[in-house]
Amino acid sequence: MRGDLTNPVPDVNEHSEEELLLNQWAEQDYAFGFVSDIEQDIVPKGLNEDVIRWISARKEEPSWLLDWRLKAYRHWLSMPTPEWAHLEIPAIDFQDISYYAAPKAAAKLNSLDELDPEIKSTYDKLGIPLEEQLILAGVAVDAVLDSVSVVTTYKEKLAEKGIIFCSFSEAVREHPDLVRKHLGKVVPYTDNYYAALNSAVFSDGSFVYIPKGVRCPMELSTYFRINAAGTGQFERTLIVADDDAYVSYLEGCTAPKRDENQLHAAVVELVAMNRSEIRYATVQNWYPGDAQGIGGIYNFVTKRGLCQGLASKISWTQVETGSAITWKYPSVVLLGDRSTGEFYSVALAARAQQADTGTKMIHIGKNTTSRIVSKGISAGRGQNAYRGLVKVRKTATNARNYSQCDSLLMGDRCGAHTYPYFEINCPDAQVEHEATTSKIEEDLLYYCQQRGLPTEEAIALIVNGYAKEVLDKLPMEFAVEARKLLAISLEGSVG
Amino acid sequence: MLEIIDLHASVDDKPILKGLNLQIRPGEVHAIMGPNGSGKSTLSHVLAGRPGYDVRGSVRFNGQDLLNLTPEERAWAGLFLAFQYPVEIPGVSNTNFMRSALNQVRSHRGLPALEAGDFLKIMREKAALVQLDPSFLSRPVNLGFSGGEKKRNEIFQMAMLDPQLAILDETDSGLDIDALRIVAEGVRKLRREDNSFLIITHYQRLLDHLRPDIVHVLMDGKIVRTGNDTLALELEEKGYDWLKAELA
Repeated sequence: MRGDLTNPVPDVNEHSEEELLLNQWAEQDYAFGFVSDIEQDIVPKGLNEDVIRWISARKEEPSWLLDWRLKAYRHWLSMPTPEWAHLEIPAIDFQDISYYAAPKAAAKLNSLDELDPEIKSTYDKLGIPLEEQLILAGVAVDAVLDSVSVVTTYKEKLAEKGIIFCSFSEAVREHPDLVRKHLGKVVPYTDNYYAALNSAVFSDGSFVYIPKGVRCPMELSTYFRINAAGTGQFERTLIVADDDAYVSYLEGCTAPKRDENQLHAAVVELVAMNRSEIRYATVQNWYPGDAQGIGGIYNFVTKRGLCQGLASKISWTQVETGSAITWKYPSVVLLGDRSTGEFYSVALAARAQQADTGTKMIHIGKNTTSRIVSKGISAGRGQNAYRGLVKVRKTATNARNYSQCDSLLMGDRCGAHTYPYFEINCPDAQVEHEATTSKIEEDLLYYCQQRGLPTEEAIALIVNGYAKEVLDKLPMEFAVEARKLLAISLEGSVG
Repeated sequence: MLEIIDLHASVDDKPILKGLNLQIRPGEVHAIMGPNGSGKSTLSHVLAGRPGYDVRGSVRFNGQDLLNLTPEERAWAGLFLAFQYPVEIPGVSNTNFMRSALNQVRSHRGLPALEAGDFLKIMREKAALVQLDPSFLSRPVNLGFSGGEKKRNEIFQMAMLDPQLAILDETDSGLDIDALRIVAEGVRKLRREDNSFLIITHYQRLLDHLRPDIVHVLMDGKIVRTGNDTLALELEEKGYDWLKAELA
């Protein structure tokens, strides 16, 4: 500071300008609680082998895939529901869910103009401009409304580089060998209860393949939205980055307000080959239910990446503000030597929300590294648990892990819980764990208020500051949305 | 501009201010001096609206009943407090913080929000005024700042928000001579015919730079003497005991 005395005109660096811009964009109850009136093609409620056959037939799938679904279903029947999480999950009647809902727009779309105007306006309300704005932003979107991928932009441009970015159904038709090679290899259907269910009934999702040596020139993005009442959304995403490839993938999620709970049980599998990198970011804003805990999405998701190749890298970033219950542990299996896994998370539990989320880092290869940064925010009657496992196998010599788990509490009716597990079987592993719990102090609020910030804006600012390390990992457009969501989700949380 | 009549304030039934009267007109610089525990900081926080005080009496600020306003409403009305102990806000840059604050204050004064470019221009100007290193603008608010840097940042924020009445609560404590001069110069440059300052201090040296119009002595929750800047010199020289003796 003293050194500046000779330089009285300070300059502002680029970082600040970017932040400014961010903030300028980020200036506005659950804004996405509208219902679109679109004709739906829905399978009757209930789950049995006939329903699975119906879904598979509807999607004109090859027989190997139907067989795989049926095996998954039979396995699922044999499994008990998991009860180990710090969650109170009401019993789910799996026979009371419709497992497939697609907008009735049978004809194939050749351009965006052919998209049902009602679907289009749904996306417009969500602030997802499928057209110029996104194209300008250089984002390719695979939009999934309920179960079917509606339209995929930018496919041709990506195809020039040999990149495949399409709906899962299309991938099954057009690239069956690639799908068959990788499907269920990272998350087998036997993995857990909800992964088994998803494997049996998944309706659609996204598929990405980046060929050798290709750096994907744009952010790939999928937007999920649950629209139909009484349906579950079971999407399946598979991303494969071949040797020396790079891809950054974003998913965003919203759902209309409904009094009943809706189930969302997705599976995401990532495969990173030699020296490739996959970045996967989620901004999840499913309807959280009301303050009494009525309604909201059950978000039971299995996400796992396999660093199969040497020096490969997988990085998960998630901002979880929505859902009544979140049960989710994006993980990385560090198989390749010198591979790296990262997990950056902001999870918010306000109102009566419950979140049990974290990660697993499984070190198998030599010289593998993992980093975990988890920021929990609890408000209202929200219950937020971080659950993380760092496992170092005997083979994983010279493994390193750094974990940081912070909790921020607002008010005295909410809860924060941290469950870090370490299984270290290699003596030279270096594992560090730090955890903090803090409250928003009255003096901090007072200071902000004295500068003219109303309480809610002050809280939004403080919380965004707290989550900054994670938000900074998001591409800019998503960081803006995530900041907005954090602010909106905390409205009314402090009186 | 500010009229305080018979102000009482207590914390947990312990009275701290015991019938304080004070009037500040536009363009005036007032200094309040007084021994430790006399209620100087309490006065500043009661005026700024910090929760936790049981307050009685009347405070009019430009015709408004100040005590009925929330802290942010007081800020919008043009009151600023430079904190004795500024808080740290992790992850929130000074730039971001000031931009949110300034646009709030502006909107309540009927002014449009600033475009990013205009804001940056103003911020550069004001930072230069208090010779704040530009690197501080992108750093989180007060995080890792030294005591002196925090105080200088308070004066920077004051310059940004352009208050009608600025209260400086022991801003000079913990400042070295150079920093003190910079803070005092910043205040002098901001002084106009239509704004006022209330400087709370223990020491004469800030007042050497600022030349207050009126000096008050606060003792045991009341203003016991009011004079011009020679009163401050007298206190510096003789301490407070003679005054206590005189009052007794």
